[in-house]
Amino acid sequence: MRGSDLLKTTPAGLYCAAGNFHIDPLRPVKRALITHGHSDHARAGHDSVLATHETLAIMAARCGAEFAGTTQTAAYGERISIDGLTVSFHPAGHVLGSAQICIESKGLRVVISGDYKTMRDPTCAPFELVPCDVFISEATFGLPVFRHPDAAHEIARLIDSCRLFPERAHLVGAYSLGKAQRIMALVREAGWERPIYIHGTMEKLTRLYESEGIDLGEIVRVTGPERPKLGGEIVICPPSALQELWSRRFHEPVPAFASGWMRVRARARQRGVELPLVISDHADWDELCETVLATGCSELWVTHGEEDALVHWATGQGLAARPLHLIGYGEEEVEDLEPEKPAGEAGPALI
Amino acid sequence: MNRLAELLDRLSFEPSRNNKLRLMTDYFRSTPDPERGYALAALTGALAFQHAKPGLIRALISERVDPTLFYMSYDYVGDLSETVALLWPEPAKDEAGVGHNRPPLALSEVVTTLATSGKLHLPSILARWLDQLDEIGRWALLKLITGSLRVGVSARLAKTAVGDLGGKEPNEIEEVWHGLAPPYIDLFAWVEGREARPEATDPAPFRPPMLAHPIEEPDLAALNPEDFSAEWKWDGIRMQVVAGHDANGKRVLRMFSRTGEENTHAFPDLAEALAHLPAQDFAIDGELLILREGRVQPFSVLQQRLNRKTVSAKHLADFPAYVRAYDLLSLNGEDLRPLAFRDRRKRLEAFVAAANEPRLDLSPLVHFKTWEELAAARADPASAGAEADAAAVEGVMLKRVDSIYVPGRPKGPWYKWKRDPFNVDAVMMYAQRGHGKRSSFYSDYTFGVWRDGESGDELVPVGKAYSGITDEELARLDRYVRNHTINRFGPVREVEYNSDKGLVLEIAFEGINWSSRHKSGIALRFPRINRIRWDKPPKDADRIGVLEALLKEREPA
Repeated sequence: MRGSDLLKTTPAGLYCAAGNFHIDPLRPVKRALITHGHSDHARAGHDSVLATHETLAIMAARCGAEFAGTTQTAAYGERISIDGLTVSFHPAGHVLGSAQICIESKGLRVVISGDYKTMRDPTCAPFELVPCDVFISEATFGLPVFRHPDAAHEIARLIDSCRLFPERAHLVGAYSLGKAQRIMALVREAGWERPIYIHGTMEKLTRLYESEGIDLGEIVRVTGPERPKLGGEIVICPPSALQELWSRRFHEPVPAFASGWMRVRARARQRGVELPLVISDHADWDELCETVLATGCSELWVTHGEEDALVHWATGQGLAARPLHLIGYGEEEVEDLEPEKPAGEAGPALI
Repeated sequence: MNRLAELLDRLSFEPSRNNKLRLMTDYFRSTPDPERGYALAALTGALAFQHAKPGLIRALISERVDPTLFYMSYDYVGDLSETVALLWPEPAKDEAGVGHNRPPLALSEVVTTLATSGKLHLPSILARWLDQLDEIGRWALLKLITGSLRVGVSARLAKTAVGDLGGKEPNEIEEVWHGLAPPYIDLFAWVEGREARPEATDPAPFRPPMLAHPIEEPDLAALNPEDFSAEWKWDGIRMQVVAGHDANGKRVLRMFSRTGEENTHAFPDLAEALAHLPAQDFAIDGELLILREGRVQPFSVLQQRLNRKTVSAKHLADFPAYVRAYDLLSLNGEDLRPLAFRDRRKRLEAFVAAANEPRLDLSPLVHFKTWEELAAARADPASAGAEADAAAVEGVMLKRVDSIYVPGRPKGPWYKWKRDPFNVDAVMMYAQRGHGKRSSFYSDYTFGVWRDGESGDELVPVGKAYSGITDEELARLDRYVRNHTINRFGPVREVEYNSDKGLVLEIAFEGINWSSRHKSGIALRFPRINRIRWDKPPKDADRIGVLEALLKEREPA
């Protein structure tokens, strides 16, 4: 038995014929196993979905309770039989409820990482190393220039800037699922006791995190008239809101963006970011390399991201490595920003 | 080095001048000597390192990183120093002494070590430093030593930030600046009120120039023409020429730009000529111009002589530099600045006559009795005395005859009454989001004029404008762009434009040059939006011939 007997790539994504299921399928399928709740991995319309309790809750919050025909909860570590295969979900450390999916068949063990990180994150279960024969990894930050610093250091820079510019609101662009709540938790750990303000589109998922027992302190949804008065405060919003009409009502705001992409200056400049915060929910280059080696795998498949460099490195390490060229992942930044029309501004062009 | 690196990092992303000032002042306040002094030297361009070349940095990284991974990374990042800063492998803890007793790397150590080490030892020294720093620190170090620090801070702005530590005006800093050297311990001590003002020991110091306020015709009615003297406003660059003697009696001649940057080396022909004037010590305020056969050349000619690291003999011959004097600030040890303009002018006329140096002449006065007479001269300088030099006149200067010479831009004594700008009706083609306060607005507009294309009339871009409009107009233009977008390229949007649909902008500009860098072959100086022609159909916008005719008219004969 080889990995390629168990899994193949199809237009809908990774497919396991023996179990007749897809993993993170890009289009509606009969049976879907979902690693985590980001919209590029978790889509609505499947007949049945198997995922962690948190991922199912996130999908319901984003797509409505009717997002799938039937759902089944997978507890971390629980061994589930599907048509003679054994499937288990293990924490991926990416966002709340994120999982790696392990498939075992006739002594062969394949782990699909989904998106993951091994760095500490107070808002989700830590990454669990699952030894395997075939490791299927993401490579969003698969270049050696990407090494994420300690997130606490980046948060200290944010707080320092709030002190230096007490009249300017600090708008932190962050993905609504995961990054936003991680920033909130890190800001609390740094001793920030004032309310943290959020863009309206973040409220639902933030409340969901709180209902899962994650303490984020006082979180306040920003209302229109308040915006000019939030000097020196931290306001978290979807990245696209930084350049949209919404940001205009703040007094001379500092546009910040929390993302691994901020490591590269040109990326930050292109987006008009003035305070780039290098905080990522994806493994950086060192984490990718360490994790691949630690799994003890003999074969590495790379799903999406900067796969060429990681494949080049892994080949040099004596692994059989190949890119899968899956298209459609890694777009978690294209988010569902609810159009908001302030009075007197006819703006149809909200992205 | 870490604190400085964070400052440089933040400055490189901060668009606002005032916020840059605050970042720098905060740094100077919270950083001890001599570190902050070397930082000031770095920001004002006073540090130069001979041997750190990109080739050396490339060699260092190639010893440490797989060449394929380096190539992929460099290709992705696009900047060598930044790529190396990010790629540099973290050393094992005990190798670099990180986390041990060694103090963090200081800029002062970098400066003093590089000043005393030879080229041979540089690679190992640099590698040791890079081992000690984090990504931002490595980026800052590499940018600093290769002299490509670009964080959008002028020397003047850095000095202003130092002045802000103790309520000193930037001109007060300029007055003492040229007698000081890094790490400027005495400067900080004085600004912070701990010690007396540093002695200006410079034999040929820069004197901060006096600047004029703009004035428009209606404002003149409130002024009495008898109180003022007028001269042409020359379209060159402001230049201060200072001569003195050092402690050994050796003659020193220096030339400074308006902001106090020394540029003597760029004009050796002029420096040579002026070093032999009969007067011993002097300071002239004037305009740097290129003259050919006694005629002042337009700014576009002068531009070809500027911004060159080395000046070839051919350049010296083709672009001979002259200074046209309009003020005398000191002469043989006497500070003339407290004198009235009319008295300084007499001293200047005598000085220029005595000098008898072809490279130095006098900016002539424009005689007038009434504002109408001056308006006529301004409208037609050629008939009012400027003759063949008229193309290099960009208006008139008005100076109160009783005004003393005050650094900075005092309100009242000096005015500049610029020539009316040129206008062209152009069509908006692209719009780009602005920075800072304007980052959510499409505020930078590329505009074009009509020309004959292969399949009929087409628009060719001739410039970009982002000023001249009120906040309300900006909001309306932003809405227009969002509602008429036909294409998006990152932060740039292409708007609808054809002969029937599109927006005409009346663009005002100060001058026009031929340009090989622009598709149209034309570059406008200081273009800004004069009016938004919501009413005008795009087909009635101007054609490129209008601009070409203007250029030919201004071509030196």
